[in-house]
Amino acid sequence: MTFEQFTGTATYLASPELRDAVNVAVALERPLLIKGEPGTGKTMLAEAIAEGLGLEFLSWNIKSTSKGHDGLYVYDTVARLNDARFGDRDIGDIRRYIKLGPLGRSFKSAERVVLLIDEVDKADMEFPNDLLHELDRMSFQIDETGETVTATQRPIVVVTSNNEKELPDAFLRRCVFHYIAFPDEDLMRDIVQVHHPEIEEELLRQVLIAFYWLREQTELRKRPSTSELIDWIAALRRAGVRKEAMEEKLPFLGVLLKHEQDLGSVAGPRARRAGVLH
Amino acid sequence: MFTDFLYHLRGRGIQVSLTEWLPLMRAMAEGHARANLTVFYHLARALLVKRETLYDLYDQAFAEYFKGIEAQFDLSEELLDWLTDPVLPRELSAEEIAALQALDLDELRERFDQRLREQTERHDGGDRWIGTGGTSPFGHGGVNPAGIRVGGAGGGRSAVQVASDRRFRNLRSDRVLDTRQIGMALRRLRRLGKDEGPEELDLDATIDESARNGGEIDLIFGPPRRNRIKLLLLIDVGGSMDPHADLCERLFSAAHAANHFQHFEWRFFHNCVYERLYTDIFRRRGDLTADVLKRIDRTWSVILAGDAWMSPFELTHLGGAIDLFHDNRETGLTWLQRIRDRCPNSVWLNPEPKRIWNAPSARVIREVFPMFELTLDGLSEAVDVIAGRRANQPLDAAIGQWTH
Repeated sequence: MTFEQFTGTATYLASPELRDAVNVAVALERPLLIKGEPGTGKTMLAEAIAEGLGLEFLSWNIKSTSKGHDGLYVYDTVARLNDARFGDRDIGDIRRYIKLGPLGRSFKSAERVVLLIDEVDKADMEFPNDLLHELDRMSFQIDETGETVTATQRPIVVVTSNNEKELPDAFLRRCVFHYIAFPDEDLMRDIVQVHHPEIEEELLRQVLIAFYWLREQTELRKRPSTSELIDWIAALRRAGVRKEAMEEKLPFLGVLLKHEQDLGSVAGPRARRAGVLH
Repeated sequence: MFTDFLYHLRGRGIQVSLTEWLPLMRAMAEGHARANLTVFYHLARALLVKRETLYDLYDQAFAEYFKGIEAQFDLSEELLDWLTDPVLPRELSAEEIAALQALDLDELRERFDQRLREQTERHDGGDRWIGTGGTSPFGHGGVNPAGIRVGGAGGGRSAVQVASDRRFRNLRSDRVLDTRQIGMALRRLRRLGKDEGPEELDLDATIDESARNGGEIDLIFGPPRRNRIKLLLLIDVGGSMDPHADLCERLFSAAHAANHFQHFEWRFFHNCVYERLYTDIFRRRGDLTADVLKRIDRTWSVILAGDAWMSPFELTHLGGAIDLFHDNRETGLTWLQRIRDRCPNSVWLNPEPKRIWNAPSARVIREVFPMFELTLDGLSEAVDVIAGRRANQPLDAAIGQWTH
C-alpha cells in the first residue's frame, strides 16, 4: 500500500465515498470524473487533492471554443509571422513559438501534479475523445518540431462536468466516476462550521431548517446550494439577525434565491407555515 | 460469484464493459475494497457506473444481489476464486481483449495473496488498517480515516441498507424533468448547416494558413456554422392538461431561454388544433392556424406538447371541438395532418406515461406524429429524431391494452 491517501483538508470535507473514489483513481492512474449539483465543490476538490497530497496544481478551464489540442500545445503562428515581418527576433527556431498548454505542462513537469480539467462539457461533444489517446499514453508529439513529450510522473487528472452535454462512452469507460450528492444536514453542519466556526448553535439550527425546507420547494427554478448557504449565513451574522427573526420571515432571501419568481413563490408559503407554527 | 455480479448488473441495464470490470478486479487486488462490503459498494459504483442517472438502478441491483448473503459474504475468498478460474463475458470488443491481455491474472493473484498477508500484519500492528481495531477481514461500515464524523449514515449501516435507501431515485432520467434539464436536452437540438447558403470567410483558418505560408495570404472559406433548426412549439393548455401545466410551463420557458435556434415560435391550443392558435394561455389573442402555417415551411420542426387525451369526436367530427360555442368547420385531424404535411419533421410530446397511450385519440394522433414521453429520455429521443440523428421507432409493444 504505497499510494498516497487523500483524506480531505482542513477546509474541504470529503465524504468517505469521495475519498475512496479519489484514492482509487490515483492508484489506478485513471482520470477522476466528478459531477454534482452546482455548489457542491466539484472544482475545489482538485485543489484540495493538490493541497492534501502536497502537489502542484494546474487548471485548464474549458470553454465552448476549447480544442483538445490546445491543452497539449499551441503553435503561435501569428506571433511568428509578426516577428518575420516587423520583429528582429530569430524566427528560425520554431520552438520559441510553441507554448505548452495545461495538459502539456502537466506531462512535462518533473514532479507529479494535479491537473483539473474544469467543465469539460462546455466544449464540443467530441472534445473528450480527442484527449483519450494522450490520457492513455501520457505522451504526445509536437508535429512542428518532432519532439515527443512523455510524462515522467503521470499527473492526477480530475475532470468536472455540469451535465450540459452527454460525455462519450469511450471516455466514460476510462474514468473513475463520482457524483457528489448534495450534503445531508450533518455534513452541511460540519461544512458550515468550517466557514463560520463561531456560529451560534440555535442560529445554525434555524438556518439549516429553513435551508432544507427551501430546497424541498418544488416550484423553485434554482435550488439554493452550499456556497449560497455560506454567503447567506455571512449576511445574517453581519447584519446581526436574531434567531427569533428567522421564524417570522427569512431575511436576505436574495442571497439564496437568484430568480425573481422564486422569491415570489417562497414568500407566501413560508409566511403561512410560520403562522401555523405559532 | 464475481462474474455473476457482472452479469447481474448487465441484466439490470447497467452496461458494464470489461474495460471497466478489470480495473475493479485490479483495485480489489490492491486492497481498495478493504474487504468491506460498504467500501466495495462505493468502489464498484465509481468504476462501473458512469452516469448518476444509473445510480438508482445500481442501488436496486446491488441490494437485490447482496441481500441476505452479505453476512457470510467474504470478498477476499470470492475474488481469489474468481482469479483462479476467471469466467469472462463471451462477446469481447478489440479494446476489451487488449485490456485483458495487458493484465496478467497470475501476477494479479500473487499480488493479492501478498496483500492479504500484509493486511493481517497491518491489522495486528493497527497502524494502517483503519477502523475499530478488530482483525476481522470484514471491516466496518462508514469508518472514516481522518476521524472526522461525516454524514449521519456512518457507523453501522450496511452496504445493502445504504443501497436500499435508493437515495439517487431523483436522478433517474426516465422521470419528469426540470427547466434546466429540458434546456439541456433542447441544446442538443441543433443541425449545423453544411449545404445551405453561401460559404463564409473563416477568419481564423485564413490567418492560420497565411501564417503557415510565411505571410502569403490564403483565404479559407467554409460552410456557415449556424444552427439551422427552426422550431414551432405548440402547447395544449387547460382541461386534462391542468395536472401537467407546471411541466409544460417548464418546457416552454426552457425552449424560450434556448437562444440557439434560428427561429423560434410558440402557440397554445386546447385539446386539439383547429383553425386558430393562441399566443396566450387564456386563448384570448391568437392567429389563424392557416396564417401560422403559411409563415413556416418544410425546414421547420413542430413540437406539439399535449396529453392527446380527448373524445374521438374532437379529432374526427365537424363541430366536435370541446368548446361548445366553437363550431369547427374542419376536423382536428385535418389540421394535425396539415401541420405534419407542412413540416414532416414534427413530433408529439406526451406528459402522460406510455402505458396509457392507447386511448383512441392518442392512437389516432400517433399515426400522424411520432409520440414521445415528456421525460428526459423521451425528450432526448424526440430531439434526435428531429435533428435526423435517428429514425423513429414504433413502440406499440410497450403500450398497455386500452380498456374501457
